[in-house]
Amino acid sequence: MSSFNRALKCRECGREYAIAPIFSCEFCFGPLEVAYDYDAIREAATRDIIESGPNTLWRYAPFLPCDPAYKVDLGTGFTPLLRADRLAKAIGLDTLWIKNDTVNPTWSFKDRVVSVAIAKAREFGFDAIACASTGNLANSVAAHAAGAGMECFVFIPDDLERGKVVGSAIYDPHLVTVRGSYDDVNRLCTELSMQFNWAFVNINVRPYYAEGSRSLGYEIAEQLGWRTPDHIVAPMASGSMFTKIWKGIKEFHHVGLIDEPHTRMSGAQATGCSPISTAFANDTLNFIPQKPNTIAKSLAIGNPADGYYALKQMEETGGGAEMATDEEIVAGIKLLAETEGIFAETAGGVTIACLKRLVASGFIKRGEETVAIISGGGLKTIEAVADEVTEPLHIQPTVNSFTEALSARRGAPVSV
Amino acid sequence: MPERHVRLTFGAEQVREPLVYQMGHQFKVVTSIRMASIDRSVGWVILGLEGDEDEINRALDWARAKGVRVDDATLGDVVEG
Repeated sequence: MSSFNRALKCRECGREYAIAPIFSCEFCFGPLEVAYDYDAIREAATRDIIESGPNTLWRYAPFLPCDPAYKVDLGTGFTPLLRADRLAKAIGLDTLWIKNDTVNPTWSFKDRVVSVAIAKAREFGFDAIACASTGNLANSVAAHAAGAGMECFVFIPDDLERGKVVGSAIYDPHLVTVRGSYDDVNRLCTELSMQFNWAFVNINVRPYYAEGSRSLGYEIAEQLGWRTPDHIVAPMASGSMFTKIWKGIKEFHHVGLIDEPHTRMSGAQATGCSPISTAFANDTLNFIPQKPNTIAKSLAIGNPADGYYALKQMEETGGGAEMATDEEIVAGIKLLAETEGIFAETAGGVTIACLKRLVASGFIKRGEETVAIISGGGLKTIEAVADEVTEPLHIQPTVNSFTEALSARRGAPVSV
Repeated sequence: MPERHVRLTFGAEQVREPLVYQMGHQFKVVTSIRMASIDRSVGWVILGLEGDEDEINRALDWARAKGVRVDDATLGDVVEG
C-alpha cells in the first residue's frame, strides 16, 4: 500500500503543491499541510481493519502521509489510555483518563512524528536526516536514524538536561550543541537546510512530520470505544501536536469511524514561556513572541509556529488555555506520580498543573470526561524533581534501626 | 529587483501606528503586504520589500528601533523540538 497523501495545501491561501520536501507557500508564506484522498482512506480504514492491525501507530497507516514500506518500526504508538481515578479525585473530576505517551520507544510522543518523518525522508530518497531539537525530538531522530542506518545530524541548545543529551548521544548521531536558545538553533537549522540536502524533520519534511501527532487523536477515540471525550488537555510548544490531535479526531468523523465530536480542546503552557496562553487570556488570536525562561524546556518555544492555529482551535471547540509556574509544574509531576504511578517529564507537569487550574476555575466542569496528554517520561528531566522528592530513610542493617527510623518519620512508634 | 520578505510583529505600543506607510515614505523601499492579522493590541504582517539592500536594512533597523520584532519570513516559523 502506498499512501493516500494527495497534495500539499497552504493553510492560508489554499494553493496546492505536489508532494515534495517543502514547507511553506511561495506565494503567501503560509504553512503547507498534507491533503488526503479521504474517499480512498474511507475504503481502506474500517473499524475492523484498524482493530486487526498492529499495536502501534501503523494500525492507522492509511491516514499517514508516507508509504509504510519505508517505515522504521521501533514500536511507537497505541500507548495506554489509563483511567486515572485517584488523580481525578484529587483535582475534582468525575472521569479522567491519562494518555500515557511516556512509554514510547524513546519515551516521548516525538516517536510518533519521527516515525512518519523518517519514512517520508526515505521515500524521498534522502540518505541523511537532521533536526533542531529541545531534546525529545533529538532522542527520537537519533534512535530512528540508527534503526534505519541513516547518517544523522542533531542540533540542540547547549543548556539541555543531561538525560536528553545522553539519550541522543547513545545512538551515535553527529550531535551538535549550539550556544543559544532553541529559537536560535532552529533558525540556524533552517539556514543549513538550504545548504545541505538533508531531511530536516521539523523543517523541510515538517508538513509530513507534524501529521504523526494525529495518531494521538485516533488512539483516544478508538480506545474509548470509537467515541470522543468531552475535553482534552494537551501541552503546547509550537502548538502543532495540540492542533493535530483535533485534526485526527475530525478526520475519524469525516470518514465515518465516529459520531460528530464535541470535544473541547484546551492547551497547557509554562508561565515562563506562554505566548499562546497569554494571547488566550488577552482574548486575541495574535500572540507576541517571548524569550523562554522555564524548567519545561521541551515546551520552551517563544515563537510558536502553530500558535495562531492553536488559538483558532480553542475558539472553534470552546476550549481554553492555562499556564503554570515552575513550582506548579514540579507539584504536577509529583501529583501524577503519587496518584497514578506515572513519572512524567516537565511537560507532563505543565499539563497536570494546568488541568488542575482549569478545573479549579470551573472552566472544566466536574462532570466533563477529560483526557490529559502526558507526552514524555520523567527520567529525561530528573533535575527538575531531584531535590523535591522525599529523602530515603538511612539506616543500619538491623530491624531496630529500621523501626526507629520509620517511627521518627511517622511521628509515632512502629510495632513489629 | 528581488523582493525580500519579512514578518513584522507589533505590540500594543505600535499596533495603532501607520508604520508600514511611514516606512515606505521615509525609505526608498516598495512595501507589499502578503498576509496580516491585526487586532486592538497585537498584530503581525508578512511584508514584501523591494529596493536597494542597504536601504531595506535601514528600513528594518528603523522598524526595530520603533519596537517592532523583525523575522525573516522566508526562513519559516520556529517549530517544535
